[in-house]
Amino acid sequence: MSLPVPAIQFEDVSYTQPSGARIFDSLTLSVDTGEVMALVGRSGAGKTTLLRLVNRLALPQSGRVLVDGRDTREWDPIRLRRSIGYVIQDVGLFPHMTVADNIGVVPRLENWDPSRIQARTRELLELVGLSWDTHAGRWPNELSGGQRQRVGVARALAADPAVLLMDEPFGALDPVTRAELQREFRTIQSRLRKTVIIVTHDMLEALSLAHRVAVLDDGVVIAFDVPERIAQATDPRVRKLLDAVTLKLRPEQP
Amino acid sequence: MKVVQFWLSHRAELTGLIGQHVLLVAVSTLVAIAAGVPLGIFAARRPRLSAPLVGIANLVQTVPSLAMFGFLLPVPLLGGVGARTAIVVLILYGLLPIIRTTIAGLQGIDRSIREAGTAMGMTRGELLRQVELPLAMPSIVAGIRVAAVVGVGSATIAAAIGAGGLGEYIYRGLSMVDTTVILAGAIPAAVLALIFDGGLLWLERGLASRRRTGTRRLAAAAVAALMALVIVGSATVFSGRRAAIVVGSKNFTEQLILGEIVAGTIERETGLTVDRRLNLGGTLICERALASGDIDVYVEYTGTALTAVFHQPLTNDSSAVLQTVRDAYARTGRALLEPLGFNNTFTILVRGSDARRLKVKTIDDAAVETPRWRAGFGYEFLERPDGFPGLSKIYGLRFAEPPRVMDLTLTYRALASGQVDLIAGDATAGLISALDLFPLVDNRHYFPPYDAVPVARAATLMRHPEVRRALTSLAGTISAEDMRAMNNAADAGKEDPAAIARQFLERRLGR
Repeated sequence: MSLPVPAIQFEDVSYTQPSGARIFDSLTLSVDTGEVMALVGRSGAGKTTLLRLVNRLALPQSGRVLVDGRDTREWDPIRLRRSIGYVIQDVGLFPHMTVADNIGVVPRLENWDPSRIQARTRELLELVGLSWDTHAGRWPNELSGGQRQRVGVARALAADPAVLLMDEPFGALDPVTRAELQREFRTIQSRLRKTVIIVTHDMLEALSLAHRVAVLDDGVVIAFDVPERIAQATDPRVRKLLDAVTLKLRPEQP
Repeated sequence: MKVVQFWLSHRAELTGLIGQHVLLVAVSTLVAIAAGVPLGIFAARRPRLSAPLVGIANLVQTVPSLAMFGFLLPVPLLGGVGARTAIVVLILYGLLPIIRTTIAGLQGIDRSIREAGTAMGMTRGELLRQVELPLAMPSIVAGIRVAAVVGVGSATIAAAIGAGGLGEYIYRGLSMVDTTVILAGAIPAAVLALIFDGGLLWLERGLASRRRTGTRRLAAAAVAALMALVIVGSATVFSGRRAAIVVGSKNFTEQLILGEIVAGTIERETGLTVDRRLNLGGTLICERALASGDIDVYVEYTGTALTAVFHQPLTNDSSAVLQTVRDAYARTGRALLEPLGFNNTFTILVRGSDARRLKVKTIDDAAVETPRWRAGFGYEFLERPDGFPGLSKIYGLRFAEPPRVMDLTLTYRALASGQVDLIAGDATAGLISALDLFPLVDNRHYFPPYDAVPVARAATLMRHPEVRRALTSLAGTISAEDMRAMNNAADAGKEDPAAIARQFLERRLGR
């Protein structure tokens, strides 16, 4: 008889960095189960901090962050983090582990059976479009940027978490690879239906990948809506982000 | 190649010393790793602590190793004569490089990598074991290599406190002024340092080897084998069945020969097993070793015992000195046996050429010349009240510059080569005639008697009365000429002290 709970909720969250810089003031936001929510804002708008609040790498000074209906303060941080996949901005693959070992990190932490880990690793490698035979034994420094990013996604998905946090996952890639990975992300998401928060400074990426888009400016959510309506927003700060996209779409002037 | 001949003729001993050396370094380095890596991890996480910790470790490193041995000798549990103290000192020296490189290795890890581990739900321990330590490993191993190489070097000094190892040859060579013997110890020590360095590098590469699991397994096996060796080895060092009697000696030729004579006499006449802890670094170390029971017997000189051990005023009457010293030893659980027969008093030496040219015969004669001379003395002579302080007062000696401190065994050469013009030596030194040195007459009878007498622990003599009988049989058997000849055989003739002692004992028994 209980109402469906949003997977992630921010209730009146304020967060000030240890340095004293105020990042959020009374931020309220929610992400439904199975929804892809994109968080757009300029660099330094606090997007990464918002992700860190979800997996309790940071705790708010006031207000609550709820994951699965439970305050992150009440979660055991280790359990919480293992049930949330995290794709990190600069990938953060462990340089001393092979691709297969990198993907298997969380399953190993969870003491899975080795044969189960191997099966899962193989499955995930193929899911992100890399073949087991040529890539499993490779080292991170032997991969291209796009391949590394795919491995990062596979690693985040390894223990089949319900929630996936992605911090500028395609940020450092060339436009072609980027478009390719975005396409594959949509395919994967249509199969897996994870709850996803994806952080990006690229409005186009947000509009094309997300069910809903939140625009963050100076620690405040200035727009939170479906892509169609964000695209028609009148707020000048949102327009500025949209203009950057349209400028990019216009053919280059000689 | 004299060195090769020396090795060939001392094969068994050389093997034993190398084994001791490897064990000293391996045990101390392993303990330094076991303590240094956790300390480094601890400090890396608390930057405010890392500076003082590295500071303390730095400070320890600057203490000269011989001084460190001196500090530790009287400390219960850690100190004493033998491998234990040496290992403690080597551990202290090994800590600094390991702590430092552990801190550097951990602090050098990219923040995003650490953050990735935490975000994936690693506990601090899991992050450390699975991410931080593997990434810091090359840096840590570099520190371990430094520690091991420094350890191989420092371990040579451990021979001064009877820990054995290749330093035995170096010290023996120094006291005999024999380069061949010094090289016989120094060359294998250098080779050992290279082997440790190369071996650890190979181990690190093996353990980190990415593809070839074969190498990796081999490296792991090598680590396991080393650990096993160290455990077995240290078990024998620490529990080590002690021989019935342990004979000590100070670190100069005469003492080595006397130590061998005493040890050989006990072996031949009682059949007890005897350990030789010869070449201990001086009177103080022998005295402490005897007091603590690390050694059972060594040969002391009555004048030295009176002043350096019991801090009593000097007299010139040899039988009174003998009696005073015997009583003082008896009160502290030691027994002074019978004098061996010769008096190794200090003697002031100048070059024979100077003596003839300036017609200097006595110390009074020399006092006229000394304002233009430089003097070189061993540390003990310079500090002891019955040494230089009293001498300069009685004869009114003044020098061109303050006397130089040098190793006792090097003073003869320094005098002969003109680096100094006056030294204090032993009356029985074989080098006196070998280097054409001239002993000045002590015309004011300043130096007290230094009769050589074995001193033993009373408890040992009680347990083994036959040892007392054996040592007493040596009474009056070694004349000053005998002693000078034996010293010369070692110093100039480059003969082995053990062989010289053996010849002496055989001659005596044959007589």
